[in-house]
Amino acid sequence: MAEPLLVLTGLTKRYPTGDLALDGVDLAVPRGQVMALIGPSGAGKSTLIRCVNRLVEPTAGSVRLEGQELTRLSRAALRRARRRMGMIFQEYALVERLSVMENVLSGRLGYVGFWQAWFRRFPRRDIEQAFRLLDRVGLAHMADKRADALSGGQRQRVGILRALMQEPALLLVDEPTASLDPKTSRQIMRLIVELCEERGLAAIINIHDVGLAQEFARRIVGLRAGRIVFDGPPEALDAAVLTAIYGEEDWSRTIRRSDQEEDMAEAAA
Amino acid sequence: MSATTFDAAAAARRWRPPPLIASPLLRYAVYLGALAYALLALGSIEVNWTRAAEGLDRAAAFLSGFFPPDFVTKWEDIQEGLLESVTMTIVSTAAGILLSLPIALGAARNLAPLPVYLFCRAIIAISRTFQEVIIAIIFVAMVGFGPLAGMLTLAFATLGFMAKLLAEDIEDIERAQAEAVRATGAGWFSWIAWSVLPQVKPRLIGLSAYRLDINFRESAVLGLVGAGGIGDTLNTAFDRYEFGTAAAVLLIIIAIVLACEYASGMIRRWVQ
Repeated sequence: MAEPLLVLTGLTKRYPTGDLALDGVDLAVPRGQVMALIGPSGAGKSTLIRCVNRLVEPTAGSVRLEGQELTRLSRAALRRARRRMGMIFQEYALVERLSVMENVLSGRLGYVGFWQAWFRRFPRRDIEQAFRLLDRVGLAHMADKRADALSGGQRQRVGILRALMQEPALLLVDEPTASLDPKTSRQIMRLIVELCEERGLAAIINIHDVGLAQEFARRIVGLRAGRIVFDGPPEALDAAVLTAIYGEEDWSRTIRRSDQEEDMAEAAA
Repeated sequence: MSATTFDAAAAARRWRPPPLIASPLLRYAVYLGALAYALLALGSIEVNWTRAAEGLDRAAAFLSGFFPPDFVTKWEDIQEGLLESVTMTIVSTAAGILLSLPIALGAARNLAPLPVYLFCRAIIAISRTFQEVIIAIIFVAMVGFGPLAGMLTLAFATLGFMAKLLAEDIEDIERAQAEAVRATGAGWFSWIAWSVLPQVKPRLIGLSAYRLDINFRESAVLGLVGAGGIGDTLNTAFDRYEFGTAAAVLLIIIAIVLACEYASGMIRRWVQ
């Protein structure tokens, strides 16, 4: 069988302060799989996805994407490899003083030269693609608005499009719903999952909301203190597992809540 | 939450806002020291009131020489000096800003590795240590009298000023935006142009307008040490006791500085 899209082996990160954020993580993500990464704050979720595209340099271990070892790449090769990994951020991380269109097109920066980027002379089909995507999420009429004029949900959609413009094979998603209201959160999660299905993209989604993770991901991985303590389908997530991931707490309501939400969503539909 | 014997009312009576200096001993030592210094310093100033009174008369005589301002007699000299000053200002501001950009990037700790950072900070420190007049004297000695010395001086001073303030703004950029653009696989220059530049652009434009206005004022001073411009005209007028012409030059300088200040204020509001 062919190698999975992403393979982490013994991935370890120790920060200069001495904190061990990741402690020998082994993880394989096949093509097209949407995986949720859950765990308490400080468990190393953010560090894990940043070690994949080397925004954070791992201390030890290996990261293989499409069969290519990323940890030993030169700067130029790393930049080329990063184009295959789209990243979506917690606080959207749009460049606020640039327009919506410029933010979407910034996903192509890895493909065009500096002067092309400086004069905004992107290939026509990139701009066309950007408009198609903007239209898909209902923001085509906002193309020339400044990014900071948008609402939270709209900004996160632009953030998602920026990642898609890279033509990635993998999406690294860091708390996409952390600053959104519950309804927008669900819409954003649904959009990410839909887009992944359409394009056969794999995704690692860091998320705090266990209910959302259960509803939208086909696989859940629980991280605690830099180690994987759970890896299974959403149905296998019970009180014992949540205690293993987050520690002792009354979990009955959390688990039931996600069922209730599902009922509510069906009733609304 | 729990019913302990904690008395909130008593605690509220005892609570004081935290003082600036925590230790009371140090606090009062600093206050008393400052007061003592002020009293001693005041006592050490000798004022000769009769000399001051004479001075007032002299100043009045001097100022009366300024009236009426004479724009006509030396108009060609004034015009020439003015043009030279404006040219000096614009060229030196543009050159200084261009040179300051790479230095500012190098002097931002979040972008540059330590050796580059220290080197760029050293250039900024040298540029900012010496007052423009001192640098002008050195450049006049190097390239001779005239506007070239003035231009080099102003460009050098602009470089330090812009690089320092811009570097501070670059150090304050939002990391998340820069991280997001880096994650797309953008090259270094594209990364700077698409994530750092948009964040510091308003400040860059605002500071440039402000510096243009400073450089014009400085160009008037630099003439006094032979570095060309309207200051030369002013200096010559004083040397020849042509106070009317001097007054005209001063009025023109005031008018231009006011206009520059108004314009740079408008530009800064517009880019925000």
